Amino acid sequence: MVVAELIQYVATGLLVGGVYALMSIGLALIFGVMRVVNFAQGDFMMLGMYLTFFYAMAGVDPLLGALLTIPPFFALGWVVHRGLLARVTGGGDPQRQMDAQLILTLGLSLVITNAATMILTPTPRGIRTAYATQAFALGPILLNQARSYAFAMALVLAAGVYVFLTRTDVGRALRASADDPEAASYQGIDVRAMHGLAFGVGIALVAAAGGLLATYYPIEPSVAGNFIVLMFVAVVLGGLGSIPGAFVGGLVIGLVQSLTLLVLPFQLQNTGVFIVFLLVLYLRPQGLFGRRARTV
Amino acid sequence: MASRARGWLAIAAIVAAGLVLALLLQERYHHRVLTLVFLWAAMGLAWNIISGYAGQISFGHQVFFGIGAYVTVLLVVKTGLTPWLGMLVAIAVAVLAAILIGVPTFRLAGIYFGLATLAYPLIFRIVMDWLGYQEVAIPMIRDRPGWFMQFSEPRAFDLLALGVLAATLVLSRAIETSRLGYRLRAVKENEQAAEAMGVDAFRAKMAAYVLSAAPAAVVGAVYIHAILFIVTPDAVFGLLVISQTLVVSLVGGIGTLWGPLIGAAVMVPVSEVLDSTLGDRLPGIQGVVYGAALMLIMLYAPEGLYWRVHEVLRARGARGAGATEPIVAPATAPAVVSTPSGTVLLEVRDVWKAFIGLQALSEVSFDVREHEILGVIGPNGAGKTTLFNILNGFLIPDRGSVRFRGAEVTGLRPSALCRRGVGRTFQVVRTFPRLSVLENVMVGAFVGERTVSRARTVALGALAQVGLTQRADALPGGLTTLELRLMELARCLATAPQLALLDEPLAGLSTDGVDVMIGMIRRVRDGGVTVVIIEHTMQALLRLADRLVVLDQGRRLAEGAPGDVTRNPAVIEAYLGKRWLARMAAPTC
Repeated sequence: MVVAELIQYVATGLLVGGVYALMSIGLALIFGVMRVVNFAQGDFMMLGMYLTFFYAMAGVDPLLGALLTIPPFFALGWVVHRGLLARVTGGGDPQRQMDAQLILTLGLSLVITNAATMILTPTPRGIRTAYATQAFALGPILLNQARSYAFAMALVLAAGVYVFLTRTDVGRALRASADDPEAASYQGIDVRAMHGLAFGVGIALVAAAGGLLATYYPIEPSVAGNFIVLMFVAVVLGGLGSIPGAFVGGLVIGLVQSLTLLVLPFQLQNTGVFIVFLLVLYLRPQGLFGRRARTV
Repeated sequence: MASRARGWLAIAAIVAAGLVLALLLQERYHHRVLTLVFLWAAMGLAWNIISGYAGQISFGHQVFFGIGAYVTVLLVVKTGLTPWLGMLVAIAVAVLAAILIGVPTFRLAGIYFGLATLAYPLIFRIVMDWLGYQEVAIPMIRDRPGWFMQFSEPRAFDLLALGVLAATLVLSRAIETSRLGYRLRAVKENEQAAEAMGVDAFRAKMAAYVLSAAPAAVVGAVYIHAILFIVTPDAVFGLLVISQTLVVSLVGGIGTLWGPLIGAAVMVPVSEVLDSTLGDRLPGIQGVVYGAALMLIMLYAPEGLYWRVHEVLRARGARGAGATEPIVAPATAPAVVSTPSGTVLLEVRDVWKAFIGLQALSEVSFDVREHEILGVIGPNGAGKTTLFNILNGFLIPDRGSVRFRGAEVTGLRPSALCRRGVGRTFQVVRTFPRLSVLENVMVGAFVGERTVSRARTVALGALAQVGLTQRADALPGGLTTLELRLMELARCLATAPQLALLDEPLAGLSTDGVDVMIGMIRRVRDGGVTVVIIEHTMQALLRLADRLVVLDQGRRLAEGAPGDVTRNPAVIEAYLGKRWLARMAAPTC
């Protein structure tokens, strides 16, 4: 019985972790290419949840709705990059440019959260689906259907991103810009366009993850705060900027959250996550998959 | 000296202006805004100490604000202790927390440090919820309101907040004008160069962190009593606290005490007015304004208002300055000319160092004798800079030992080695770009001097020694390569080294520049400093060095007088290849 309970917790953790993994990939992609920690990532996720909610009001199944958030949010991300982030130059000093971009995303996050509170009201909303309350039974193990579908779709989308990055010319150009922007630009790659592409894809992924999350999680303007830190943890865990790392990091966060419940009360669920976060930072700041640059 | 007095006067003027405002204002609401301006300015100043001066951006500084709030309120509730004394306890707890957080977290650099600091207030938030302190109200005490910081007169809170602000301003000013302030700016600009100039970066950061935690705790304590009256985890550990801190600091400009002051004076009234007029209909308006302000400032004046104005004024002032005279080595000779003695100053024994897949140094041994100029030569990739990085403590050898003046120094931090008398310069000059030439050199001078005025005297002496006195007030960005190399040499000399490690000081110099530099290095030696110099061009070193050590592929190939070394076939082969060796052997026509 104890084993079954343990497996149940692991399964629940992994299902939740799959969606964390998808949202973290977006953050990792943006950091990997632009070296900017996007503080507004959680807010775009929240907007993705709302868009899926509105789709659902119009009769679109939220699993499809989550997919349909991708095109508009890709465009939104691209516009935000072109209109805001790309305009911060830092006076030609890359480090100062990245610092300024980071603070800019923090400002953006404040604006989006609070504007959403004003416009959409703080009232939590939810999407009712038949599968949200159903479960697949694998012997004694119960898998919530909404979470299972969300997990499967997150996996498919993440695989799609991986194929895009490794098997297409554009994906290779993107990785080249991440590794060495200067050398990439000498090869005729438009690095600024690549940054826009990365930001667009990163935002689209987190919006889709938000759509999947909306099938079983309440939707409210302040929801970003609960998830942005989890995304940071997943990305740091995997190694800042590593896409497979962020994916594994997301799964680990889900697991840690779930297993923390075995030993700590529900309110302290996230302390387990933060302890893992700090431990990884102290013991292996380059993360599980990260490379460490030599500084001397 | 005049500018120092002006700084203190300006603080006095600001406090006086605050007093006048506090006395003039009539409406209760205006007093509230004034109190908020003072408190957020003080909070911004506290954050500025660690993130502005020391450059360690903290996204979790509200942890100390929250500690200040919770400690004072819980002490009143549980023990009836007055918040006036409670604040002292809060400071002690905040300082302890800063040490406990700082010791592990300062192992991380840059964005990693910032991300780690995010976690601490979140942990406190969760734990406070779990402990059942979701809402702790200050109990009303009617008989002795003043003793419990429960004034009915709003001016009292103005004055209290102004007092906190004044104390934080004085603390900031004291840091800015102290040895610690110079060291923090050096660490911020270039941590490696600062370490090499005797600055223990970890200790400097810890000092800044502790000094910035204490005022943040006081602000938190006062904020609860003046504004909130009820402490909740979200209100004191939440993101809005750090957002407001960042906004006032960044809008005003970081790295100066005027920045947060300006930022608070602009941003707090704007957001309060908007909140009071539109807050009922649009509950998130304050957040939108703060967010929009952050975005606008990053887009149009990323350095903040203070620095933008400063830059404009500076540009106007600089227009009058004319061209400077070319540098020539001063003709005066030092009184005592030192010559190489037999005493061994530095002993390198069997040093090995490998990087992943590359054996950079293998069984390297040699001695440096007092008052000599020892040249270390070798082709690119021979391991010369790796050797220097071991000699000044940037790297720890895998095997072997380095002894300086008879004492084992292997594994000491660069700053510790510098304080013992090992100075160095870098192959690619490492400046503190936003410090003037004089201030760059002063960072080195602080190794031996505690006060700013003494350090300035020493630094001016070092600048005179290399002939850079005229450029003392310039920024490194405007210097020529020769001037930069001379500045770095002066910075190294200001540490009063016994041994100076010069990493390719001739690289990138014109023929004239090389002559100036060679003359300068000779004078340094004649002044009593032992010099080890890396070069890959043999010619220059033949004119300069008393002895040569030749490295090739991480091994010591030869050692001895320049004439002997250059005739050594192994050396010729390493430098010019086998074919050249064959041609040398053949009779010339």
